[in-house]
Amino acid sequence: MSLRDQFGEEPNRLAERTEMGGDAMAPELHPIDENLSPGTPELGEALKNFRASILAWSEAEYSRPRTAVKTVRQRSWRLAAGWALGCVLVAGGAGGAVYERHHRQELARMAAARAAESERLVAAERARVEEEDLLAKVDSDVSREVPSAMEPLARLMAEDEAK
Amino acid sequence: MAAGTALEAMTMATAEEIAARELETATEEFSRVVESHRPQIFRFLLALTRDADLAETLTQECLLKAHLNWGSFRGESSAMTWLMRIAINLQKDHWRNRRMQFWRRARTNAVDLDEASEWLPSGERSVEQQLLARERVGQVWKAVEGLSERQRTVFLLRYVEEMELSEIARATGLSEGTVKSHLSRAVARVRAELGGRR
Repeated sequence: MSLRDQFGEEPNRLAERTEMGGDAMAPELHPIDENLSPGTPELGEALKNFRASILAWSEAEYSRPRTAVKTVRQRSWRLAAGWALGCVLVAGGAGGAVYERHHRQELARMAAARAAESERLVAAERARVEEEDLLAKVDSDVSREVPSAMEPLARLMAEDEAK
Repeated sequence: MAAGTALEAMTMATAEEIAARELETATEEFSRVVESHRPQIFRFLLALTRDADLAETLTQECLLKAHLNWGSFRGESSAMTWLMRIAINLQKDHWRNRRMQFWRRARTNAVDLDEASEWLPSGERSVEQQLLARERVGQVWKAVEGLSERQRTVFLLRYVEEMELSEIARATGLSEGTVKSHLSRAVARVRAELGGRR
């Protein structure tokens, strides 16, 4: 039996009923079910055309040669490629995040070390300056040109030189 | 004693023959059912999914499932109704699984509504009439697209497969009243889409 026999030439059951005097789209409907009836000829025609288009489409698709094996292989290849790409992206993303975190931690550690070193240098410099100031002050406080016991001798030497 | 053994052997052989014959009959019967109903199952699934490959796959799955359960088919409803019920359940399961696999949703092979409306046979109509008819079919497709899953199923079973309401009720597992209600809403929607709302 050909597909056309099964599909295309399939009798329109509703049309047959219409010929027998029934409503085209709701042959067995009770009057209270009038909402199920298309009502207008336009709607009835549209539904008839809708059915005809599906019959034609279905017949064309049904008789189209199938490439199931190829499609399945292609799909499985695509699926595998998709998974592989997904894994690479996830691994790359995770690796990148770990590296970024590690890098930031390293930078923070280095910055802290640099700050500590700079603070230590500043403190040392400040201590050196203070020590020098103190020594200078002590020197200025206690220092004389000659000890007091030697002052008469020094005065004599200055007079001799003047002569 | 020997005669009894021979009789037993003969009885067993006969039982095996009968079983084999029954199996053969069932297989032939199932083949006939497949041959006569397969295009209709495919057509219904195609209209429901608008995806020829998916419709073909689901049709195969439906027939496989029917084959495996053919022994349990008691003939309370027609074979067509029984097959439609399997097809509807398979289609529901398919979309349920697909929803879980959300990243696959974008890769559907369903044709768009315009392409689906292209398949109208020209018949003996003028070009204008053909264009108008095609436009109307497109509007029906658009309305069908906007229906709920149940309304769409019921609508297609009624207006494409031309099944009786009682058959639709059996195929969908709904009561006849519920079928009528879904169908009424679906028709109202189509009518509104076609501009027939008063």
